[in-house]
Amino acid sequence: MAVAPTAGREPNHGRRIIVAWVVASLIATPLVAIFVGPLFPPGNASEQGAQQVSDNTWMVSVLTPVICLLIVFFAYALAQFRHTGGALTDGPPLRNDNRIQLLWIAGSAVIVLFFAGFGTYELLQNGAGGGQGPGPIAVPKGDKLQVQVIGQQWAFTYRYPSYGGLETSQLILPADTLIELHVTSLDVIHSFWAYELGIKADANPGVDNIAFLKTKGARSFHIHCAELCGLWHGYMFETGRVVPDSQFTAWIKQQQQNFAPVAKYLPRYAPTYYPDPQRRAG
Amino acid sequence: MRPVVWKLISVIAAVAVVGVLIGLYVSKLSTDAGSPSYTLPVQTKGGHPVVNLTLETVAAVGPTLSPGHPDYVSYLVRDTKGAWRRSTVWRLPANATVHVTIYNFDGASGLRNPLFARPQGVDGNAMVVDGKRLTVLNPADASHTFAVAQYGLVVPIAPVPDDAKHPCDYGPCSLSSDHRTIQFTFHTGAKGHYRWQCLVPCAAGWIDGFGGPMQTIGYMDGFLDVV
Repeated sequence: MAVAPTAGREPNHGRRIIVAWVVASLIATPLVAIFVGPLFPPGNASEQGAQQVSDNTWMVSVLTPVICLLIVFFAYALAQFRHTGGALTDGPPLRNDNRIQLLWIAGSAVIVLFFAGFGTYELLQNGAGGGQGPGPIAVPKGDKLQVQVIGQQWAFTYRYPSYGGLETSQLILPADTLIELHVTSLDVIHSFWAYELGIKADANPGVDNIAFLKTKGARSFHIHCAELCGLWHGYMFETGRVVPDSQFTAWIKQQQQNFAPVAKYLPRYAPTYYPDPQRRAG
Repeated sequence: MRPVVWKLISVIAAVAVVGVLIGLYVSKLSTDAGSPSYTLPVQTKGGHPVVNLTLETVAAVGPTLSPGHPDYVSYLVRDTKGAWRRSTVWRLPANATVHVTIYNFDGASGLRNPLFARPQGVDGNAMVVDGKRLTVLNPADASHTFAVAQYGLVVPIAPVPDDAKHPCDYGPCSLSSDHRTIQFTFHTGAKGHYRWQCLVPCAAGWIDGFGGPMQTIGYMDGFLDVV
C-alpha cells in the first residue's frame, strides 16, 4: 500500500469515505425504493403478494446504504491506495479500533433486530402467504371461502367444501375474496406454489396445511409444484384464474354438472385423506 | 498471455463442456430414454388431419419388448404393420383429431383419487367400453388411465376381471386373450411437447404403486410430440 511519507500530509480518508457514502446512499436508496422495489416478485395479484413486494422493497432499501458503503470503500481503496510503481514496502501496522468495531456490531444488530421485528409483525398480519400447518397462528378476520388443494403424482386437484365438496382439476377463485387454502397430499410430499398470488404451502400426506390468501382483481396465475416429487415434477404446472364473482358462480354450476357422474364416488370432504395402497401396489 | 490466465480459461472451458454434456444427458433422459419416438400415420378427412392411435396395456411387458424389465406394466403402441412396439413417445400432427383404441389386458388396481374415474377432455366427456358409452367408471375398477395434463384429458381404463379364463401373462398380448376395449377421441392443439401418464398406482411391488414403470418413460409415461 502506498502512503504519503509524513502523517501531516495524509488526507482524512475516513471523512472522505463517509461523505461519499452518505451522498451515494442519499441518491441510491430513494431510487431503489421507488423504481426497483415495484419490480420485485411476486407482484400485486393478491394482498399477500403485494405485502411480499413491500417487504422485499423494505429489505433492499435498508440494505442499499450497506451496499453503498462497501462499494464506496472498495472504490476509494482501489483509487487511493493503489501501488503505482517502485519497490513494494509494508504499509503501516494495522491497529484495532474499538469504536469502529462497536459501531459495526451495533449497526448490524440494529438492522437484524429491525428485520426480525418487522418480519414477525408482517407474518402475523395474515400469514404472509405461507402454509401455517393445521393450527394457524395468523388468521385474517372476515368471511373466508375454503378451498382444498390436493397434491398427487403428478397433478393438483381442488375441492370446494362450501359447494357440496365439489372436486375439480382446475383452480378458479373469485376476485376480492379471502380464501382459506387447505393443502394436503394423497401420496408423496408436494408443494403448492401459486407464484403471482404469493402463496406457497407444502402438501404433505396426512397433514392439513392452511394458508390464507386475499385475491384482488381478475387475472390468471401460474401454479407449480415446488417440491421434487418424482418423474413428472418438472411438468407439474398449470394455470389458475381469479375471476369476477358472477363468473365464479357460473363456473361452479358448470363444474357441478360436469362432475355429477363421479360425485357419488368421491369421499366425504375431510382435512386429509388416506387412500388405501391399492391392491397389488406395494 | 500469462500461464495463470490460460489455466483459468482451461478450467472454465472444462466446466462448460461438462455442464453441456450433463445438460444433454439429462435432456435425453427426460424425453425419450428407452422409448424411441414413433410417428403415427396421418390420414386426411376434408383437409383435416386424423390419426388412429391403437394401444394396448399389459400387466407385464415381457422379455421380448423389455429384456431388462420384463415384469414392468406397460403401454404398447401398434405400428402400421400391426406389430406392437414399446414406445410411449408419439409424434402427432397439430390441430388433429385423434381416435384412440386401447385394448387392456390388465386387472384392476383402483384409483387413489376417484375424480379421475370421470372421462375428461375427450369428445362428449365420455368413452366407449366394449361398445357401451360410459361417463364414469367405478374408481375401484380402474386398471389404468390415459391422462394428458396439459389437455385436461383423463380417461380411466376398464379392467379384465380377476377370474378371466384366458388372461395374458406377458406382452405383447393377442386379442384372443381376455381383454377390454376402450375407445375415445381427443384433439391435439398447438405444436408442443405434452407429457402423458397413468394416474393409477399400478406398479406392482413398488412403494405405493408409483415406482419403477411409473417413474420411467417408456412404460406408463410418455410424450405427445405435436408437430
